[in-house]
Amino acid sequence: MASIAIRGVKKNYAKTQVVHGVDLDFASGEFVVILGPSGCGKSTLLRMIAGLEEISDGTIAIDGMVVNKLEPRERGCAMVFQNYALYPHMSVAQNIGYSLKVSGVPTAERNQRIQAVARTLGLEQLLDRKPMALSGGQRQRVAMGRAMIREPKVFLFDEPLSNLDAKLRVQMRSEIRKLHRRLNATSVFVTHDQVEAMTLADRLVVMNGGRVEQVGTPGEIYTRPASRFVATFVGAPAMNILEGTVELDGLSLLGGSRRLAMARAGLPVGTKVAMGIRPEAVRLVAPGTAGALDATVDLVEELGAGRVIYVDLDGAPFSVMTSEAVHPEPGSTVGLKIFPDDMHFFSSETGTRLDVFKASVPEPAL
Amino acid sequence: MEKRVTFSSWTIGILFAVPQLLLIFTFFYWPAGQAVYWSLTLQQPWGGGNIWVGLDNFRSILANADYWNSITASLVFAGISTGLAMFVALVLAALTDRQLAGSRLYRVVLIWPYGIAAPALAMAFRFVLAPEAGFMAVINQVWPGFWDPGLDGADAMASIIIAFSWKYVGYNFIFFLAAFQAIPRSLIEAAAMDGSGVMRRFWDIQFPLITPTIFFLLVINITESFQDSFGIVDIMTSGGPANATNLMVYKIYSDGFKGLDYSGAAAQSIILMLLIVVLTIFQFRFIERRVHYR
Repeated sequence: MASIAIRGVKKNYAKTQVVHGVDLDFASGEFVVILGPSGCGKSTLLRMIAGLEEISDGTIAIDGMVVNKLEPRERGCAMVFQNYALYPHMSVAQNIGYSLKVSGVPTAERNQRIQAVARTLGLEQLLDRKPMALSGGQRQRVAMGRAMIREPKVFLFDEPLSNLDAKLRVQMRSEIRKLHRRLNATSVFVTHDQVEAMTLADRLVVMNGGRVEQVGTPGEIYTRPASRFVATFVGAPAMNILEGTVELDGLSLLGGSRRLAMARAGLPVGTKVAMGIRPEAVRLVAPGTAGALDATVDLVEELGAGRVIYVDLDGAPFSVMTSEAVHPEPGSTVGLKIFPDDMHFFSSETGTRLDVFKASVPEPAL
Repeated sequence: MEKRVTFSSWTIGILFAVPQLLLIFTFFYWPAGQAVYWSLTLQQPWGGGNIWVGLDNFRSILANADYWNSITASLVFAGISTGLAMFVALVLAALTDRQLAGSRLYRVVLIWPYGIAAPALAMAFRFVLAPEAGFMAVINQVWPGFWDPGLDGADAMASIIIAFSWKYVGYNFIFFLAAFQAIPRSLIEAAAMDGSGVMRRFWDIQFPLITPTIFFLLVINITESFQDSFGIVDIMTSGGPANATNLMVYKIYSDGFKGLDYSGAAAQSIILMLLIVVLTIFQFRFIERRVHYR
């Protein structure tokens, strides 16, 4: 168990900067997920914690000790790689026990610990096999075992589930969660899959373009996204964004073609905003209902438990998720009811959250 | 899915293979067959028929101490030059693999020696290693008589080994570098995370994973050291001094074309061929077992 403190960390490759000054604190025993699209610098950040990439600027401290100049082996981290990185010429037992062999643990003790780890992961029957003869899920377990056997202070996961099929991914996800509860080691998990991120994380770090966009619990990230990027990146289908202007008694949308009446005005009149509304927060009503927006149905996606209805709002794409028993036909007109409490406002220029509306409302307990 | 072109009619396939088959037949099976035939006969030096003598040629060669000396010299040459060429190339490739900047340049620069004809490079090394004027002359100045390939058999052997190894270092280097680069970086990183240092990683991870390449190069280097050494020996030592560098392939030439003993030379080339075949079989039987194919 160890805390990790990241201070002003930057990473440059030749001329391009990929990480632009990141400050983060991970508490001891915490499960932190770093979420972001590919190329956002999340893996680079993880590899800098591991010691596989040099830190261009800033410091990373594990348990209060700055590790910038330490070799990977001196940092007490273990890592699970995306492609597992199992040694192809070694058996499962040799793969798991390699770190102990390197550090000179006697054979008897080594075998005992390999057995213990194999039992935890259900690999006892496979110890003599080569990685070639294993399925994807089994390889994944071996990679976990190799990290576990060292009893590291910090676990690092670099998109470890992305090579698995959907069903196995869900299964491994819960196994990783259980394992973390048992071992209670500080874990940093990098992924671009938001479902993975939401389900695994104690705390979520959303990154974009080499910067941290928001840090918070999955609940906070979902209910109060700090920026337009976070709002549209987290949640499926993505949050709808409509450009508009604040008026005295409402909101003018889509260059004035649509209008939403709103009693509570909080932002200065004339502010250009991007109004966000989650598809699952929109209510479907009869066309022509007062205070609702009428739109044409483009496409309906059936999900079983509910359905996603894609509509056209004067050329702007918009989606609605509903679990009610309504089945609008493509081409028909529906009314969209949007409640002011469900709206998120982001600055049109900077994309940051504008929270004037809710300034007087006490923070929801999360 | 593997994509394959298949021909409905087998004659097209045969037609495609014909040019290659003709070349192999004309330049390998035919001469090799002729050599077998000659080795069992006694050829007249100036033509005019031959006499069937059975295995007499082989008997007289194998009873000759000079020939056994030639076999020993060839084995020493093959062993040391293969070892040296592969070891130096392995070290260079391992170092290049760690520091990749400019590796493309090394590749080009290091393949050149392989493209140089053996006699040309032998000529260069003859000057470089000349006892009276070359680089070694400086050392002879300090220790008079330390180096003289013209008089000392060991020095002469060292000279041709150096020249031959120099040529094959580049060839081996290319293959070793490619093999190192085919190892996924994440394996090396995983080993680093497991606490393994540079040397340990080399022996535990990289070395086992390049064994297929090592094996391939071993077979090629040993075979070539028996065959490709002719030009170097001819230019640098002409088999001397006192037959110290009279390798099998050179002895075939000198006995056949200088001594005009065509039949004896043919028999020697059959023995050389069998020796290479046996060595190759041996390598496949006993060394390939230790190779980890992925």
